[in-house]
Amino acid sequence: MIEARGISVSIGGRRIIADIDFDVRAGEVAAIVGPNGSGKTTFLKAATGDLPYSGRIAVNGRDLSRLKPWEAASMRAVLPQATALSFPFTVREIVKLGLMSGRSGARPGEIERLPELALARVDLDGFAGRFYQELSGGEQQRVQLARVLCQVWAPVFEGEPRYLFLDEPVSSLDIKHQLTIMNIARDFAARGGGVVAILHDLNLTAMFADRIFVMHRGRLAAAGAPQDVLNDELISRVFECRMKVSTLPSGNMPFVLPQSAAL
Amino acid sequence: MVDSFAGRLGMAYRSTPQGDRSTRARLVLVLLGMILAANILFGLTAGASDASALSVLRSWLSGAGTDGVALSARDSIIIYEIRLPRVVLGALIGAALAVSGAVMQGLFRNPLADPGLVGVSAGAALGAISVIVLGGTVLGPLLALFGIYALPLAAFLGGLAITIVLYRVATRRGQTSIATMLLAGIALGAMASAFSGVLIYLADDRQLRDLTFWGLGSLAGATWTKILAAGPIIVLALIVTPFLARGLNALALGEAAASHLGIPVQRLKAVAIVSVAAATGASVAVSGGIGFVGIVVPHLLRLLMGPDNRYLLPASALLGASMLLLADAVSRTIVAPAELPIGIITAAVGGPFFLWILLRKRGVLDL
Repeated sequence: MIEARGISVSIGGRRIIADIDFDVRAGEVAAIVGPNGSGKTTFLKAATGDLPYSGRIAVNGRDLSRLKPWEAASMRAVLPQATALSFPFTVREIVKLGLMSGRSGARPGEIERLPELALARVDLDGFAGRFYQELSGGEQQRVQLARVLCQVWAPVFEGEPRYLFLDEPVSSLDIKHQLTIMNIARDFAARGGGVVAILHDLNLTAMFADRIFVMHRGRLAAAGAPQDVLNDELISRVFECRMKVSTLPSGNMPFVLPQSAAL
Repeated sequence: MVDSFAGRLGMAYRSTPQGDRSTRARLVLVLLGMILAANILFGLTAGASDASALSVLRSWLSGAGTDGVALSARDSIIIYEIRLPRVVLGALIGAALAVSGAVMQGLFRNPLADPGLVGVSAGAALGAISVIVLGGTVLGPLLALFGIYALPLAAFLGGLAITIVLYRVATRRGQTSIATMLLAGIALGAMASAFSGVLIYLADDRQLRDLTFWGLGSLAGATWTKILAAGPIIVLALIVTPFLARGLNALALGEAAASHLGIPVQRLKAVAIVSVAAATGASVAVSGGIGFVGIVVPHLLRLLMGPDNRYLLPASALLGASMLLLADAVSRTIVAPAELPIGIITAAVGGPFFLWILLRKRGVLDL
């Protein structure tokens, strides 16, 4: 599991996030939600080792700040928000970069076809020969996800769970592919890995996350199961927007419609 | 025979997955190797003297000393003391400039980064000019200590200083701004040139003549001493750079993403910067300002075989060497029996080429 305790990040003397406690267990999808500028991406960057932080983060019991880049690379993969390239790589060449660490955990016969398998997984069958720069934003995002999947193809490797960090993975996708991508995350967790995703869509969050962490002005406003955390009071306090949280009749899954906003 | 070769080639293409250009890249590498070999042979045999390809080959095949086929003393001097050093130096410098360009483009994630354009060559030139002008006075001890290596060493330090400052200025939180990089490069280059200008102002007549010829860029004064001075540094840089290839590929995704893939990014950047400064510095020290090789060669190769640095870097070395030997051949023959400085040729070809890249990429660049 990934355990973060008392995480604070300051950039240029300004405190961006303060005192965040965070856990994600193997087999779970954890979602980070919150308004723009609440520190979600900053926290994710600290948790992936991109930003210096104070506090303690442990990945499978090992101190993150002591992990070498290649050690960290075999324990987790990170999907950035958007990636622009200035060189004419083909889609296959980009996806194949995910195999760089050589610890994808794919079966021996699978490894040569892994880029194709990963592309099929993100619904980009037949895109291998296309140029990355010529694709739409949503297609590029899915190519990057295929690359990330190649890196940690097996959710459990050498007996240890691995993790996917996804920074707004569905922000530029159509509704079908939003579901495709969230199902990939769900499946990765079901097979023993852990997923941390920043999401903006509260309904997708409620559908797919086991636990949500709500951030507000650099601090953790709430954490827990979606049905316990998502309520009218929290939405109006954190998002400063009064909306009604309802539940589907079939179960206790909450949903929020923007139409319910009291303008 | 030809059919079966083409057939096998076709097979290779068919069994290669879509979007995988490694087979084509290997083929291009082999072709470039053959082109370079032909270029070197041509460079050894073509010239004002009639020491011909045939006589050279014959002497090699039969071994010196065999009656009647050994080279005459005059031909031997022309080939081993004039043409061979020039060809070796040209190939080394062409390879160094092209590889420096390719590495720098990978480092800055931008096809327009080139040591000549962003002031690295100007910094190297400042180092070299300092040694030429001040070598008799202030920098005398340096010259005494390092001998023939003082000039390339000073050029290396000048190039290194500019590269480090440039990277600091143009890169913030792992993202490099193209506009900042080019503009900062212009500013740094101007500053280096200003200092060079002061030194040139201080120079005496003999130094001035040395500087003028050196500054235009030429392979004319190629000697084994120059090769001994610059060669080891260039060869070392050429040996190191292929090890950067995988890291530079990952770096195309951005610094954070490269690090997430397991690349030790800080070390990669440090080694890349030192290699570029060393190769550029050594080249500038012995040949002056030969521009645009670093931008034209990698760009052509990316069109031909894709941007994978595992193939791009060795291919840049081969094509860079060939291009510079070709440019040298033109510079020797176009106004024969006089010689045009080679820097003029590369600039005359490279300038329009650079504009062409700009026009094609105008929409992509966030200038």
